[in-house]
Amino acid sequence: MTTTAESQVDNGVNVEALLGAREAIGETPELAQFQWRATSTWVYGTHSQSEIETFYGLNDEQKHHTSFSFDLDHPEQFAATDKGITPIEVVLVALGGCLTGGIAAVAQQRQIQLRSVKATITGDMDMHGILGMDSDVRNGYSDVKVKYEIDADATPEEIRALVAQSQKRSAVYDIMTNPTNVTVDVV
Amino acid sequence: MPNVSTVVIGAGHCGLAMSRCLTDRSIDHVVLERGEVAQSWRTRWWDSLRLLTPNWMSRLPGGYAYQGDDPDGYLAAREVADLIAGYASQCGAPVQVGTTVTAVQHDDGGYLIQTDQGTWRARSVVLASGACSMQVLPPFVDQLPPGITSLTPDQYRSPQALPEGGVLVVGASATGIQIADEVHRSGRPVTIASGEHVRLPRTYRGRDILWWMDTSGLLDEDYTEIDDVRRARSLPSMQLVGSPGRTIDLNALQALGVRLIGRLAGIRDGIAQFSGSLPNVCALADLKMVRLLDAIDIWAASADLDETPAERFAPTLVPAPVPLSIDLRKGEIRTIIWATGFQPDMSWLDLPVFDRKQRLIHDGGVVTPGLYVLGLPFLRRRKSSLIDGAAADAAALAAHLAGHLDGVTARSSA
Repeated sequence: MTTTAESQVDNGVNVEALLGAREAIGETPELAQFQWRATSTWVYGTHSQSEIETFYGLNDEQKHHTSFSFDLDHPEQFAATDKGITPIEVVLVALGGCLTGGIAAVAQQRQIQLRSVKATITGDMDMHGILGMDSDVRNGYSDVKVKYEIDADATPEEIRALVAQSQKRSAVYDIMTNPTNVTVDVV
Repeated sequence: MPNVSTVVIGAGHCGLAMSRCLTDRSIDHVVLERGEVAQSWRTRWWDSLRLLTPNWMSRLPGGYAYQGDDPDGYLAAREVADLIAGYASQCGAPVQVGTTVTAVQHDDGGYLIQTDQGTWRARSVVLASGACSMQVLPPFVDQLPPGITSLTPDQYRSPQALPEGGVLVVGASATGIQIADEVHRSGRPVTIASGEHVRLPRTYRGRDILWWMDTSGLLDEDYTEIDDVRRARSLPSMQLVGSPGRTIDLNALQALGVRLIGRLAGIRDGIAQFSGSLPNVCALADLKMVRLLDAIDIWAASADLDETPAERFAPTLVPAPVPLSIDLRKGEIRTIIWATGFQPDMSWLDLPVFDRKQRLIHDGGVVTPGLYVLGLPFLRRRKSSLIDGAAADAAALAAHLAGHLDGVTARSSA
């Protein structure tokens, strides 16, 4: 066990490895080109199953240690079977996961010990959009809110700065706040 | 072919500061200038532009400084040009005006500098052609629907020259906020699109914010001593205007009636799309400003300068809901001004000294021994891009250059 001031903060994030990756990518930019993948297979009704196992990055095919599977469906209020969360809830899950993971990483780099981090994420949606009843209402969320309760060895300002920096570096936050090209093909 | 120890490219404040340092070291050199001395300050900027730093900060090597009776004022662009021209003549700088450099290449341990007035040979070169020679534009700038006037800041002169009607100012750094302010006051309703920005009050605790940053040593922070120099070098310019006591931040603009909107993310089918990240870019800027003011307060206490109390400013007001799109075909916006930043133009430098994004690679202004650059953001210190930053940077790089020439001379005579 080491006793340096650095090692006393442990949020379980290997910052040295992340900074090392930044260094490596700086020298070899193609290492940074990643592709993330998922499949989605219809089961019945609005129930579908998604499998995630492989991705591409660091110049090679990569794999999670196991295949992950998710059921997606809609609740009974939509006359569906509720075999899983709705796809739009997955988006909230993704945003929370991305921001919370980011907070841990930024806190580690800034030598801030976290004790607890909890986000409550809400997305407001007007169903007139997806039901095709009002062309002025978009299908997606009209407003997404994330509320963090964080207990850490830091001032309130430092905690706010953590949360702000995490948003700045978050892929899902970027995807949700900026337009993204999406192409859907049938093969 | 003329042959000198050093060719300095650009006769702005940086090139002339270097010239002065070279003269002090008796290093023969020439300063090549495409136009006149201080060309950009004469021709490039809008009518109302004033220097962002107070007059007392206009100091150059050799004891040259602003001598007027308004040390706390801010020079107009034309006055900056005159100040720099006065420096050139006082120093007797060997400036060759009307000479545009077209290529710089390696040549037998030195450099060949090709210009529209002939070719020079030199053992060392100093790049001082400015950090703002080229407008940075987003890739979708040509997606505008017809009927919209599109201007870069160097095409903009005054609000009166714009068509009547709404104006979208893209970018909220020094250029964007200044233009947004005066255009909105002219009766043309302005929408300002803001990504990350650097918020600062013009005055703090009774003094210019730059007085605090200068006196406390913040502007002298060295590039080797800060955490992330890449990040520091890519910071947007400070939201300041050269006007005594006037802060133009996003709250001031909104109080005037300017509409605040997120970063312009794209234009599709005539519809401008804006990022939903406005609350966070405002939070980042507010937090960063508070950290700066905290640092100033700590220093002020340690220096017994706390006769005026600390101040804190209201967080940036973010409108709710923030609009995410504007239909540019509907006539609400008649003009777009791209205050999206500048970068140096080094396209004539035929040397393998650029990274994959065509940014010059340098270590504190040393590109390679014998090749130097001045005036870029945080080149060696936080103040490197200010007029007041040229003295220390030019002195340090002139010392390196002299050492290089000595080495070259020693080798060739050995």
